[in-house]
Amino acid sequence: MNAVIDIFASAGLWAAVLRIATPLILGTLGALLCERSGVLNLGIEGIMTFGAMIGWLAVYNGADLWAGLLVAALSGGVFGLLHAALTVTLGLSQHVSGLGVTLFASSFSYYVFRLLVPVAGTPPTIEPFQPIVVPALSSISFIGPALFTQTPPTYVAIMLALVLGYVLFRTPLGLAIRMAGENPHAAESQGINPMMMRYGAVIVGSALMGVAGAFLTLSAFNSFFPTMVQGRGWICIALVVFASWRPGRALIGALLFALFDGFQLRLQTVLNGVVPYQIFLMIPYLLSIAALALMARRARVPQALMQPYRRGER
Amino acid sequence: MTNAVLDISGVSKRFGDNLANDNISLSLGRGEIVALLGENGAGKTTLMSILFGHYVPDSGKVLIDGQELPPGKPRSAIRAGIGMVHQHFSLAANLTVLENVMAGTESLWRLRSDTDAARQKLEDISTRFGLIVDPDARLGDLSVGEQQRVEILKALYNDARILVLDEPTAVLTNLEAERLFRTLKDMAREGLSLIFISHKLDEVMAAADRIIVLRGGRKVAERPAKETNKAELAELMIGRKVARPVREPSTPGEVALKVTGVSVSIDGVERLKSIDLSLRAGEILGIIGVSGNGQATLAHLLSGTVRRDKGDIVLFGEPVGDLSVEGAVQAGIGRIPEDRNNEGAIGEMAIWENAVLERLPRFSRHGLVDRSAGQAFARKIIDAFDVRGGRPATRTRLLSGGNMQKLILGRNLIDRPRILLAAQPARGLDEGAVAAVHERLLQARRDGTAVLLVSEDLEEVMALADRIQAIVNGRLSPAVAADKVNATKLGLMMAGEWNEEHEISHAL
Repeated sequence: MNAVIDIFASAGLWAAVLRIATPLILGTLGALLCERSGVLNLGIEGIMTFGAMIGWLAVYNGADLWAGLLVAALSGGVFGLLHAALTVTLGLSQHVSGLGVTLFASSFSYYVFRLLVPVAGTPPTIEPFQPIVVPALSSISFIGPALFTQTPPTYVAIMLALVLGYVLFRTPLGLAIRMAGENPHAAESQGINPMMMRYGAVIVGSALMGVAGAFLTLSAFNSFFPTMVQGRGWICIALVVFASWRPGRALIGALLFALFDGFQLRLQTVLNGVVPYQIFLMIPYLLSIAALALMARRARVPQALMQPYRRGER
Repeated sequence: MTNAVLDISGVSKRFGDNLANDNISLSLGRGEIVALLGENGAGKTTLMSILFGHYVPDSGKVLIDGQELPPGKPRSAIRAGIGMVHQHFSLAANLTVLENVMAGTESLWRLRSDTDAARQKLEDISTRFGLIVDPDARLGDLSVGEQQRVEILKALYNDARILVLDEPTAVLTNLEAERLFRTLKDMAREGLSLIFISHKLDEVMAAADRIIVLRGGRKVAERPAKETNKAELAELMIGRKVARPVREPSTPGEVALKVTGVSVSIDGVERLKSIDLSLRAGEILGIIGVSGNGQATLAHLLSGTVRRDKGDIVLFGEPVGDLSVEGAVQAGIGRIPEDRNNEGAIGEMAIWENAVLERLPRFSRHGLVDRSAGQAFARKIIDAFDVRGGRPATRTRLLSGGNMQKLILGRNLIDRPRILLAAQPARGLDEGAVAAVHERLLQARRDGTAVLLVSEDLEEVMALADRIQAIVNGRLSPAVAADKVNATKLGLMMAGEWNEEHEISHAL
């Protein structure tokens, strides 16, 4: 019991939470934006993998770290365009298309990586983002290291949650996107083009997913390996439901999940040898299923989610 | 006409082999209410979709205040002041009233929605036209009548001067419909021009200044409302004389179904309060009342989908306790549900699948569905009940409302059920289909079926039923013989005014 309290009392845990949460925040915001417009994007897992690879590769070849993030965003956008073309224009099943994008993007990232980076015993590394240590503020106990010793993309992710919340709920564009996800026929009759809204949301959302992946190679670690996304994309899909399709709650959900994850990592070292570590690996996922079951019952799903829109057909 | 705000001239539109609009012209003056009357498939909705820019006409043009409207551009139609209120609302249930109204009205690239100004404008319009609704309510929480108000507000918010309403009363209760027509007249007095599409003779006579009749894609007549009558309009609309059938005298047989003192609660609310009814073979018992007074629960009770709290149900002389759906089917109770699209048929499934679904055991062989027998059965229904527009393999949702209802009727009547529950069987159907449905119910009565007809249409109940009970707030009035009442007495019964003596004696 004391061990558990010690974990929660350690500043290290709280600093880790924001770091672990960052890719989840970005990925969840991306998936949320897609779904608000009515398109489920299960391509997230693959898009994150590709973003992680291409962002890293750009930096490895001499690009600036920010340029690496941009490259990852652009590549995500391209996969988004593919997913949108399949699901919005052709009206194909969003599940099938999304899984297809994931399978394709994951394999393709490994292929490109192997093509351009020679096989080596230890994977090549880059110089990742360094934490910004805010003077004074970072020395406040607990909160200081947790909030003020993060790398720049983490701050960007938190800001993006606020920006997306503002755009969705305070601007005409956000209302148009939500209308496309709730009732595209109604949107059309009000002079909004739901197809355009869906394309835009899926492309931008997928770009965010690409950035989420790139965070892993450009900030959290410094090298790329093909399995590194490790189901984070699927967690993001669940977090969207947990968040009831609201960016603010997505931020909270991602932090909560990161807290579980950071906690179980530390518990592993404490109870090493007593309980197999695989048990701990399951904890955050079990807790997220429980949280989902509690929260999702009250959630208001966008009414036209997963429904292809065709003009003139009801 | 020189002061016409809208002129449609010579519009034609062809879909494949079907000439949906054939050289139709009409004009609309300021402050005028024009009804576009016609049966389903007469081309009313196509014409209005052309006006609204959803379809591009093959020929002809639309003029607003003398200016030609570019075809196929909803945006231009909105800007020219045309507002459309669709039969199926174009609203988003999860968004608020204000959001529904505002969507698409501002430039998409504004950095902030001006909700304050929008709310002010919406409230101004609300009060001016008496369309009161809470701007912050979630749309899905509103009643159908309120949702329609939001649809109208949406059009007015876009500064519509010409308002088109597509079968506005199809989803409304009678009370809501009356209220709607009062509002429409107020709007016309305020200078708006209105077109409403309908196939209901009563309401076009009551609400319109001028009536344009379409049939088979052509304009067949145009009459000022004052110079025509329902009989003439019905004939123009259908192309031949159609009279709704009326029951002929007969002697009913034995009691098929007896319900005594049954109460039903759903989610803690008492929906049926100690009701009594008895239904005899070869008669039609009409249950009249304004929608929402317990009719749905009564129908569910007798179809076996809700449990009773107390009271007895006796079927053919035997107490049955609670009915189950399976038990109801086996006992020979045919059911025509009120909501045919959700409860009556599964739209995505083929006609034959819908035909055999509730009697699957009969159409199974070695645990597999016997497709050919099922299709043959469906064909039999299609032929016997004149279901048009589909073969056994056609997806059911492609049928028109009237034909879907004929399919449901056929599925139930082809096996000569001993009891038939018909809930609002003719609601929303056009005149020809109404007559067909009524004739089938009377045929069932002649064949000795005990028919329970739940309806809110006085005329329908008086024409068909032998005896009538009113349903008000979950209570059933005692039965009165149909030839001993008039519309006034029935109206009072529907308002809950009936002789309480019977109830007291029952309570004792």
